[in-house]
Amino acid sequence: MSITRDEVAHLARLARLALDDAELDHLAAQLDVIISAVARVQEVAAEDIPPTSHALPLTNVFRPDEVRPCLTPRQALAAAPAAEDQRFRVPRILEEES
Amino acid sequence: MAYEAAMAKYEPVLGIEAHVELGTRTKMFCGCPTAFGAPPNTQVCPVCLGLPGSLPVTNKAAIEGIIKIGLALNCTIVEWCRFARKNYFYPDMPKNFQISQYDEPLCVDGHLDIAVDGRTYRVEIERVHMEEDTGKSMHVGGTGRIHGASHSLVDYNRAGIPLVEIVTKPIVATGDQAPQVARAYVTELRELVRALGVSDVRMEEGSLRCDVNVSLMPLGSAEWGTRTETKNVNSLRSVERAVRHEIERQAAVLAGGGRVVQETRHFHEDTGVTTSGRSKEEAQDYRYFPEPDLVPLAPEREWVERLRATLPELPAARRARVQAEWGLSDKELRDVVNADALDLIEQTVAAGADAAAARKWWMNELSRRATELGVELASLPITPAAVARVQEMVAAGELNDKLARQVFEGVLAGEGGPDEVVAARGLKIVSDAGELEAIVDQVIADNADAADKVRGGKVAAAGALVGAVMKATRGQADAARARQLILDKLSS
Amino acid sequence: MSGPAGLAGRTAAELAELMQAGEVSAVEVAEAHLDRIAAVDGSVRAFLHVDRELVLEQARGVDARRAAGERLGPLAGVPVAHKDVFTTADMPTTCGSKILEGWRPPYDATVTARLRAAGMVILGKTNMDEFAMGSSTENSAYGPSHNPWDLERVPGGSSGGSSAAVAAYEAPLSTGTDTGGSIRQPAAVTGIVGTKPTYGGSSRYGVIAFASSLDTPGPLARTVLDAALLHEAFSGHDPCDSTSIDAPVPPVVEAARRADVAGLRVGVVKELSGEGYQPGVLGRYREAVDLLESLGAKVVEISCPHFAYALPAYYLIAPSECSSNLARFDAMRYGLRVGDDGTRSAAEVMSLTRAAGFGPEVKRRIILGTYALSSGYYDAYYGKAQQVRTLINRDFDAAFEQVDVLVSPTTPTTAFPIGERIDDPMAMYLADLCTIPSDLAGNAAISVPCGLADEDNLPVGLQIMAPVLADDRVYRVGAAVETALHDRWGGPLLASAPELRG
Repeated sequence: MSITRDEVAHLARLARLALDDAELDHLAAQLDVIISAVARVQEVAAEDIPPTSHALPLTNVFRPDEVRPCLTPRQALAAAPAAEDQRFRVPRILEEES
Repeated sequence: MAYEAAMAKYEPVLGIEAHVELGTRTKMFCGCPTAFGAPPNTQVCPVCLGLPGSLPVTNKAAIEGIIKIGLALNCTIVEWCRFARKNYFYPDMPKNFQISQYDEPLCVDGHLDIAVDGRTYRVEIERVHMEEDTGKSMHVGGTGRIHGASHSLVDYNRAGIPLVEIVTKPIVATGDQAPQVARAYVTELRELVRALGVSDVRMEEGSLRCDVNVSLMPLGSAEWGTRTETKNVNSLRSVERAVRHEIERQAAVLAGGGRVVQETRHFHEDTGVTTSGRSKEEAQDYRYFPEPDLVPLAPEREWVERLRATLPELPAARRARVQAEWGLSDKELRDVVNADALDLIEQTVAAGADAAAARKWWMNELSRRATELGVELASLPITPAAVARVQEMVAAGELNDKLARQVFEGVLAGEGGPDEVVAARGLKIVSDAGELEAIVDQVIADNADAADKVRGGKVAAAGALVGAVMKATRGQADAARARQLILDKLSS
Repeated sequence: MSGPAGLAGRTAAELAELMQAGEVSAVEVAEAHLDRIAAVDGSVRAFLHVDRELVLEQARGVDARRAAGERLGPLAGVPVAHKDVFTTADMPTTCGSKILEGWRPPYDATVTARLRAAGMVILGKTNMDEFAMGSSTENSAYGPSHNPWDLERVPGGSSGGSSAAVAAYEAPLSTGTDTGGSIRQPAAVTGIVGTKPTYGGSSRYGVIAFASSLDTPGPLARTVLDAALLHEAFSGHDPCDSTSIDAPVPPVVEAARRADVAGLRVGVVKELSGEGYQPGVLGRYREAVDLLESLGAKVVEISCPHFAYALPAYYLIAPSECSSNLARFDAMRYGLRVGDDGTRSAAEVMSLTRAAGFGPEVKRRIILGTYALSSGYYDAYYGKAQQVRTLINRDFDAAFEQVDVLVSPTTPTTAFPIGERIDDPMAMYLADLCTIPSDLAGNAAISVPCGLADEDNLPVGLQIMAPVLADDRVYRVGAAVETALHDRWGGPLLASAPELRG
């Protein structure tokens, strides 16, 4: 199993990381080593073994439908890089971004 | 391609994804309120803003709401399922993943029967799952639309509101009724959800939103075509128009030897056409995985049955009952339903009016007023109880229809309840026998010609005299009694 | 170093007793620790943020409440160093990352709130590997912390600021989070005690998430009793965390005081020793096992065959979860924003900000996790890792049918030199070899000092693992080992650490 530089570039786009060429090269080499190491999980005979997604087998944890205090708009926007009209100001959104 | 030409060559296959915002007091995973139209970013907290360290906790009322929807749609409520994260970046999504459900929806395999022009279609439901809504972006600069904007402003009040997604299986064999079937399905779904009381399902406020999938296959073919997904079709009329337009557009593409592109499209209310959005050729990779911050859902059967027991009479059953009780034809029932008058009439009947009269007032006089004012029937400022009271006075002979219309006018004008309007406008029928008799005498005296004709046996001429009495009393006489009095006097 | 003279040399239990007896005030205790921080943190660099006035204000508040006759918790007035992964409304919270530099959260983590409710004095925020990813603090955007035993070496990680602060007597107690060993490993390599409670036993609300199904807040301290006291102070059910266990906190303080192992069945994990382990580590570890036997425990060897796959499974599960958890750092609502020049789109600004704001290890794990979750790879990587997780749970279940606790070394080696493994991720990952199984299974585990390795005179940790919700057992065994070893050494291990100069 190996990972190509192009695959790393694709993953970086999916993960919204603007990596330069040098970073891509470096990462591709490291990931190749890491992926071949973690691929060892595939050696385990795990036919019919159910996956574990949660550490403990809890179910049905609910909250009553009761209103709790909100942040004030000032608190909500305090850390915003930019704000306008009590809203978070963000750069223009391209339709195909999602 | 013209619709008829398209239908001569192709068979449409539809799929509808409806998103229903639940009307819970608080959001899906936090205690923020859900009121529509609040000032921006006033209904937010660390959880729905996705602040680092915050964690979701499931709102029990939302789960009860979706289970009710699932049951009403004849679904199986699964015994165990999980939430999943749907990962993609978008500025109105605070965590850059949406908590949703992936391969383990809570409700599966249901159906909803609908009728179009007397024919019943069974729409199969693939799944009903729970997710959370996103925030809202306002695009600044350019035309105010996303394209050409200089920047956007985001309000997260809507972020985290519980959203139920209802997905149909492919809807086939509708032939040229496809657009109407799509509309009827969404209409019926809206009625159903509204009856359950779990959402106000207002398309204009976005609490019911639809995505419509359309594909075409050549008639006689068994192989489905490539489908498009038209997003955010936000009125019943638009559902029908969007399906129709996509059928025409795709038929033209295919007939021209082209290939339908699998893509997301946008419907434009103003022009009635769809335009291409992002192409799905480079498939989205949402990297779904089980949401580790939430534990699995395992609704106990007893809980599900308790919820089933709370379901109200569902729209289809109710319509059948009402039709029988009120003795309506199919068309009359359809008119009542289409006018959104069923609740109003039923409440008016419950307040004491007879069904025929209640239907008459709502479907004629009040519908006309609503149209004039440009509002929904239910938004008229008059209650079913008030309508019932007016009808009570009519039945008691205290008002005639003409006076009743004046009472409605007064109530709608904000002059008070029916009794207040009657008192203030002095609208009681002239029922004092002596007073009416005096007026009749005066009218006979003033209209000697007409009186003579009646005396001569032309009973029809009495109409003119009755009219004169009504005019003299400004409509407040009981026309039947006036007529009887005239005939009595002129035949003696 | 026998510890500094005066209050900073005392344990939390001792300080609490002194304050309850009215012999010293919380302000005096706080000042002693602030002075110690001023003296040594220039070389240890355990803290990212200390606000002297805020510390004294908290201490004055406790003194005033005590003077007013208020009933206070057992740790009232005791200082604590708080890992920068926990949100604090009155202090910046950066998680060791540039992307959150200067961020002031509008809310307190549940653990933070409980420290406050217990009347504890939060000294400041401790350094950590960025987003808790690492075993050395070298991945902190603010530079590494240093091991008080040898300032050229790492204090472990990710809770390395917390381990260094306690080992350097800058605080008697500190908080940490353990995802793959991030409490136990730094505790082991600095010669102190660190506990990973049962998953869900302590709240994650307000803990900036690394890997949600693994992250577990826990205590670090110089004694087992102190660790138990802090464990008890901030643990227990939290309705704001859906994965929190709705059950009483196990009686950890009582167990730490009981400190006996007579009749207890101890399993030595066969797979967690041997090749790849430093001889000096194995030497001290074997002595500790012998010690347990001499104290009356029944020692048997236990095989946990799937533990060999714990590390690869972990390096699929944790990065997968982190790739999603860290998506929120996108320059839209808080934190760093880079490249917003009015022409770039939101997507471009997100990508530039994340590239500039995350360090290399975080980027590596995000890419690895994105890969493991991608369609086409999910089943082979993430899915398989989850199956391995099941098999590891089953290994534990089978083991705990035969024994009451399992033991192993906490780490394969002692503290390594700063810089040695920084560009060799696989070597760095091996530091968590022994601690990862309990993170995957969610059970309780502790690391207690068991001596110095012969070859480098650096601390070695003994790991004790107990079943889910049997947290008290790890304290009971840990305290027994500690008591016996203190008797043997004539005092705590830290007493043999070199004197720190400012």
